[in-house]
Amino acid sequence: MAIEASQPAASTLDIRKTAMWAFLASELMFFGGLISTFLLYRARTNGGPGSEELFDIPFTSVSSFVLLMSSLTMVLAHNAWERNDERQLRLWLVATASLGMVFLGGQFFEFSTFVHEGLKLDTSPFGSSFYLLTGFHGAHVAVGVLMLSAMVIISYRVGLTKARGMNVELVALYWHFVDIIWIVIFTVVYLLQV
Amino acid sequence: MATIVETPPVSPAAAEPKGGLWAWVTSVDHKKIGIMYGIAAIVFFVIGGIEALFIRLQLAVPDGTLVSEDAFNQLFTMHGTTMVFLFVMPIAAAFGNYFVPIMIGARDVAFPRLNALSFWLFISGGVFISSSFFLGGLPDGAWVGYSPLSAQPEVIRMDFWVLGLAILGVASLLGAVNFITTIFTMRAPGMTLFRMPVFAWMQLVVAFLLAFSLPLVTVGLFQVLFDRNFGTLFYDAASGGDPILWQHLFWLFGHPEVYILILPAMGIVSEVLPTFSRKPLFGYQFVVFAGAAIGFLGFGVWAHHMFTAGLGPVAETAFGLMTMTIAVPTGIKIFNWVGTMWGGNISFPTPMLFAIGFVAMFTIGGLSGVTHSIVPADTQQHDSYYVVAHFHYVLFGGAVFGIFSGVYYWFGKVFGRQLNERIGKLHFWLMLIGFNLTFAPMHILGLNGMPRRIATYGDGLGWNYWNFVATVGSFVIALSILVFLINAIRSYRKGEPAGADPWDGRTLEWTTSSPPANYNFAEVPIVEAVDDFWYKKYGEDEDHMPVRLDTNPLDPSALDDDGEFHVHLPSPSYFPILLALGIVTVAYGFLWIPVGFAVMALGLGIMLWAIFGWALEDIDHPMGGDDGQGGGHGDDDDPGSEVSEQVPAGIGAGSGGGE
Repeated sequence: MAIEASQPAASTLDIRKTAMWAFLASELMFFGGLISTFLLYRARTNGGPGSEELFDIPFTSVSSFVLLMSSLTMVLAHNAWERNDERQLRLWLVATASLGMVFLGGQFFEFSTFVHEGLKLDTSPFGSSFYLLTGFHGAHVAVGVLMLSAMVIISYRVGLTKARGMNVELVALYWHFVDIIWIVIFTVVYLLQV
Repeated sequence: MATIVETPPVSPAAAEPKGGLWAWVTSVDHKKIGIMYGIAAIVFFVIGGIEALFIRLQLAVPDGTLVSEDAFNQLFTMHGTTMVFLFVMPIAAAFGNYFVPIMIGARDVAFPRLNALSFWLFISGGVFISSSFFLGGLPDGAWVGYSPLSAQPEVIRMDFWVLGLAILGVASLLGAVNFITTIFTMRAPGMTLFRMPVFAWMQLVVAFLLAFSLPLVTVGLFQVLFDRNFGTLFYDAASGGDPILWQHLFWLFGHPEVYILILPAMGIVSEVLPTFSRKPLFGYQFVVFAGAAIGFLGFGVWAHHMFTAGLGPVAETAFGLMTMTIAVPTGIKIFNWVGTMWGGNISFPTPMLFAIGFVAMFTIGGLSGVTHSIVPADTQQHDSYYVVAHFHYVLFGGAVFGIFSGVYYWFGKVFGRQLNERIGKLHFWLMLIGFNLTFAPMHILGLNGMPRRIATYGDGLGWNYWNFVATVGSFVIALSILVFLINAIRSYRKGEPAGADPWDGRTLEWTTSSPPANYNFAEVPIVEAVDDFWYKKYGEDEDHMPVRLDTNPLDPSALDDDGEFHVHLPSPSYFPILLALGIVTVAYGFLWIPVGFAVMALGLGIMLWAIFGWALEDIDHPMGGDDGQGGGHGDDDDPGSEVSEQVPAGIGAGSGGGE
């Protein structure tokens, strides 16, 4: 039965983290496709408003800052999880989800302003690609907020520091990924006005 | 009467939960899922084949009137879509599911429930697309779905195609994530990456190709979907949209897809040829690296499908060169397969015949493929029957021959009984003749200018003879498939018992019983070499010829003793099929907005129920019951062979909601 004793798998990689990394790598290509489409269509305004007229860089900078800060609170949540501090963990999870929701609120405000100024989904290829890209990113943030909320509920009912399920680390990976994608989007879509 | 009834002997298999449909529907066992993949794929293969027969009948003589133009468009669209997405990909997934975990010495995949979800999403997507037959007609925009044709919003047919492919894409993506994780983290002790069977390697490359290419076509599919339903202008040239973008997004996926289809078959052949040559695979590392190189290069050649789209001479030259480069790793593989057989002690049972058929037919397809890399020549061949001939040599002569090689090789392992050899050889020769009779003439037809995707052609163009020959050939293929199906059903019932190791195999799956126990290995194997099982059976004499050792390295479960092995396995779950059902319900609802909103809400409700049920499910005591009823897979708590810690809950809640 020495076989039984020397039985650890050949690899020491955590399987859920490996899976999450593979999934995020795939997501990277997804956003790559969306960003490429936007770059192709950014100047094709079809007579509608273009990016120079619409984008409010100071406003979007603030909401970008909010999203980036949510990565900080996520790190603090993860840190609290590592220290088995359930109370702190819950606090920072709520903070992260809230910042995420503030960002989503900002995006909603931005979209409604743009629609008001004449950029709709069907105005121009620019509009279509802008809304598809930022919309999908927003959907990813929303899914992240849902996962964070689920974590908070699990924390109240079972306790995350003991729970086996989808753990804080995976949500953190996902959340940081969504933030990093936003850095790229903010740079490419908003700041680089060629 | 009662005295005749005997209690069945208690064996490890008898410890499974009660059989029947429910056990299959809720199964998370990679072997059961593999079998379901295989059977579903064969069903779709027959459907796609019948569509092909209609196409060939229509084109048998000039001015054919069997089907209308509209029906013809639907036929060739669904023939391509079915064969690519609903036959070759899932049957490769069938082999991957069944054999990759066993080959690497694991007891299941990393995420058994996610695996079940992949399967049920594949079924949902396949049924969804096919159901359009009853709901307004099959998709009719060709399997490549080119814009702006596919973006015409008049009928919902292409919505079925777009949404169905999106569902199938999610299924494949989840499968890819699962297999990447399984291969990286679940290998048995000593099973280093470079001791893995080549088939497992090729599945790993395929998983990466899927993970990186599917998202790109998903972007395109969303754009088409939005163009069709929400008035976006991605592919509306009049408003500044660019239909060529679809071609880029599609072929950025579509060309890696070609390798997604062929690499599993290459993996199968790389297992079969050494076994029946009784020699190790010639240049194992080269075959592996060539496979990986094909995967890398596969992302850099997509535009050779678009040489007539007007990309400009620089891009066309670059893509032409890259396309020629791909012939190098492919050539390496072919030479390695030939080198494997060279000087071997070769026997020719059916799997070997199909494997050799694969090498020969694929080489022809590869050679006609290289001609496409020469841009001026390709401009002439583009969208002609020459291209149809080429890719059928690669995908039928290649992938399908490789797949049947695998079917004959592993049937006994999966079902415990060997396929009949005589009928199998009849199948092979009929298929080889029928295949060449069907597709070789298409080279000539194409070079004589016959375009593909035309519903009929006039008399006097010089195409009559070879078209008729091709039609005759297609019925020979159909006959060969019929022979195969008869063989499969007959052998399943009363074929020769396979035994654990019928072919004197080299890899770990042959150390298990046939079929393997639900836990695969009673003892997790310790691996010391490539073809580990072979070297535990054979030593070498002074002339380096194999000499049978006096050992019996079979897994204890395959040995004929009455030992019972308690291995803790993940329990069945109905949440995967429920989640797939929710997703496909949302897709159906989407087609009939605004009435469909109610259906979509229902589907979302089912999805939420499934996701939360999934995330919170106690995988040791599932389905509500805390003991007895659900956790039938050996309910003991033997910590020594606990695998449940390798199979945690929850990842599905994140990834299921992420896309």
